[in-house]
Amino acid sequence: MMGTIPPEHGIFLAILLFLLGLTGVLVRRNVIFMLMSLEIMLNAAGLAFIVAGAAWGQVEGHVMFLFILTMAAAEVAVGLALVLRMYHCFKTLDVDAASKMRG
Amino acid sequence: MFDLLWLIPLLPLAGFLTITFGGSRLPSAAAAVIGVGSVSVSAVLSFLLGGTFLLHPPEGDAHVQFLWTWMLVGDFAPSVAFRLDALSIVMLWVITGVGALIHLYSVEYMRGDQAFKRFFAYMNLFVCMMLILVLADNLLLLYLGWEGVGLCSYLLIGFWSEDPSNGAAARKAFIVTRVGDTAMALGLFLLATELGTLDIQTAMARAVERWPVGSNLAVATALLLLIGALGKSAQLPLHTWLPDAMAGPTPVSALIHAATMVTAGVYLIARTHVLYSLAPTVQFSIAVIGGVTLLVAGCSALAQKDIKRVLAYSTISQIGYMFVALGVGAWQAAMFHFMTHAFFKALLFLGAGSVILSLHHEQNMLKMGGLWRQLPVTFWTFLAGGCSLSALPLVTAGYYSKDLILHEAWLFRGMGWFPWVAGVIGAFLTSLYCFRMLFRVFFGEEKTHVSYRPGWRIHLPLTVLAVLALVGGFCETPEWLGHVNLFSRCIEPILPAEAISESHAGGMIFFQVTALGVPLFGLLLAIILYLKPRTVSTNRFMRQRTIQRVRRFWLAGWGFDALYDALLVRPFVWVAQINRNDCVDRFYTGIAWLNGMGHRLLVLTQSGRVRWYVAGIALGVAFILGMVVAS
Repeated sequence: MMGTIPPEHGIFLAILLFLLGLTGVLVRRNVIFMLMSLEIMLNAAGLAFIVAGAAWGQVEGHVMFLFILTMAAAEVAVGLALVLRMYHCFKTLDVDAASKMRG
Repeated sequence: MFDLLWLIPLLPLAGFLTITFGGSRLPSAAAAVIGVGSVSVSAVLSFLLGGTFLLHPPEGDAHVQFLWTWMLVGDFAPSVAFRLDALSIVMLWVITGVGALIHLYSVEYMRGDQAFKRFFAYMNLFVCMMLILVLADNLLLLYLGWEGVGLCSYLLIGFWSEDPSNGAAARKAFIVTRVGDTAMALGLFLLATELGTLDIQTAMARAVERWPVGSNLAVATALLLLIGALGKSAQLPLHTWLPDAMAGPTPVSALIHAATMVTAGVYLIARTHVLYSLAPTVQFSIAVIGGVTLLVAGCSALAQKDIKRVLAYSTISQIGYMFVALGVGAWQAAMFHFMTHAFFKALLFLGAGSVILSLHHEQNMLKMGGLWRQLPVTFWTFLAGGCSLSALPLVTAGYYSKDLILHEAWLFRGMGWFPWVAGVIGAFLTSLYCFRMLFRVFFGEEKTHVSYRPGWRIHLPLTVLAVLALVGGFCETPEWLGHVNLFSRCIEPILPAEAISESHAGGMIFFQVTALGVPLFGLLLAIILYLKPRTVSTNRFMRQRTIQRVRRFWLAGWGFDALYDALLVRPFVWVAQINRNDCVDRFYTGIAWLNGMGHRLLVLTQSGRVRWYVAGIALGVAFILGMVVAS
């Protein structure tokens, strides 16, 4: 029998991934990388659900992960469309260039 | 037959509603037909009803048509009821008859005006309100009509609202009459609380029962109603609005500011004359006010340049005569003069309107002249009206009514000679300013070219009114001239004749000679001063500095406007300006300032950078999580 991974390790990994993703969103200016970082954050949240579901032997954690997966797919679809439009408008993917809605 | 009474005010109201809600779908011609038609039909109806009434007077010399109870508050239940009696018939005939003629005249006068339909809507509403005023059986309904005509007067003075000065004139008229109306409303409250009713007949009967002659309540009520009448009838000291009211179209001046609305005050006092008999001091003051007013306004009319302002001051002065008559208790004479005045003053205004129209809206008399060849119909009718206004003896209606007033004032010695002397001097002034105007406009050299010739719609009302201005007085002649007393006999049940004590009847020859001669003397002086080329000495006399100063003083209407401006308007504006910064306001402006500051602070956070927002959200989430974990 495989040794089970203690839930603390899984949660720690999820927090680590989440913070990495958040840092990516905050520091990257390229909008594609921001989207990728967002994906990492989403997956971190999904991992936390899985770990929690496994730890308590509940199925809802897995169900939530499926939801997150679906939502992430939709988010990417919309996000990539926005990226295309943005490139069309500003001829760059620098997110700071799109700061006209100021004040 | 009398059941049709409610139709008389309803028809103009229906006309008003049709024209108003017809909107742009209604062609102008249809609006004219509706406007003139509704008033004409109600004129025909009132002649039929009035004729029947006078030939076969019903019991109690009045017919009251109860329509419905207006409201029911405890014991106070004013009704919507119309009362037909001799007094209201006189008013009815003048309002609808003269009103219909003026409506017909307006079709031509206002032709091509952008707001042609609006004009007729307002005019119809005015006629409706005026009819409600004179037919009302209780003072509350009368007050409805009273305020209604005030509103229409405001709307019509400011009719050409593109010019801000017209709007100012309209506001002035509204606000000055409001002073009187407030006093009148207080008087009505006093009547309602003290006598428990506003029904005119009941209230008068109760007043006689409960209040002794000269009691404080009677004096207070009579005084408050009198102030209301002064405002509406443009008497001193509330007369300043009427000359400015000439800013409205000329038919409006003829209908509202000469024939009907401004005499509402006379009607009110005649209607409630019982009250004034209970308050002799107030009645006394009516005569004084009337006498002073007719002199002040007569002098002002002498110096005016604008033809309509001459007529406006003349109206004030003639209503002063009516007030003198009311003050000496000659109720019948007041109403008689009201009737003849409506004829000749409406005629004069319409004639002036015809001149103004022909000269492309020129109102300055100094730029007129020699029009008698160009506008013969206008000239002859204007002459008839002018003679009637100056009370030229025997052939004019104005003579008979003015003679009646002077006669009663002569017999009345309650306060010495003042009413009679004022009346006689006034008659001289009237004749002088009237012929000054006539000679300036129609004689002398032609100064402005006639650009338009009026048609039958103008000539017909002028002719009818000219005939009335000449023969309208034959229904009441003095004793030595046939002693016809049709008018006074009809109106006797409502307005009792003055009990004349025979001991005062002496000196009649002197009185008659004066009454006959004074207008002729005025005419003679007018011929010397204004018709013939002036001799060197008269010219030098007229150019004297004192004469010129007096002329300017009278031109400004004895400085009443400047006085009120300094006394009331400017202090009010000053107080208003001070109050702009009061401490209560500070609190509210403080709140507004705080909000503004918060706005400016929060605007800084909206940088437009997505990454800052993300950081903000992350920090916020961390903060909330920290709070949750810590607690």
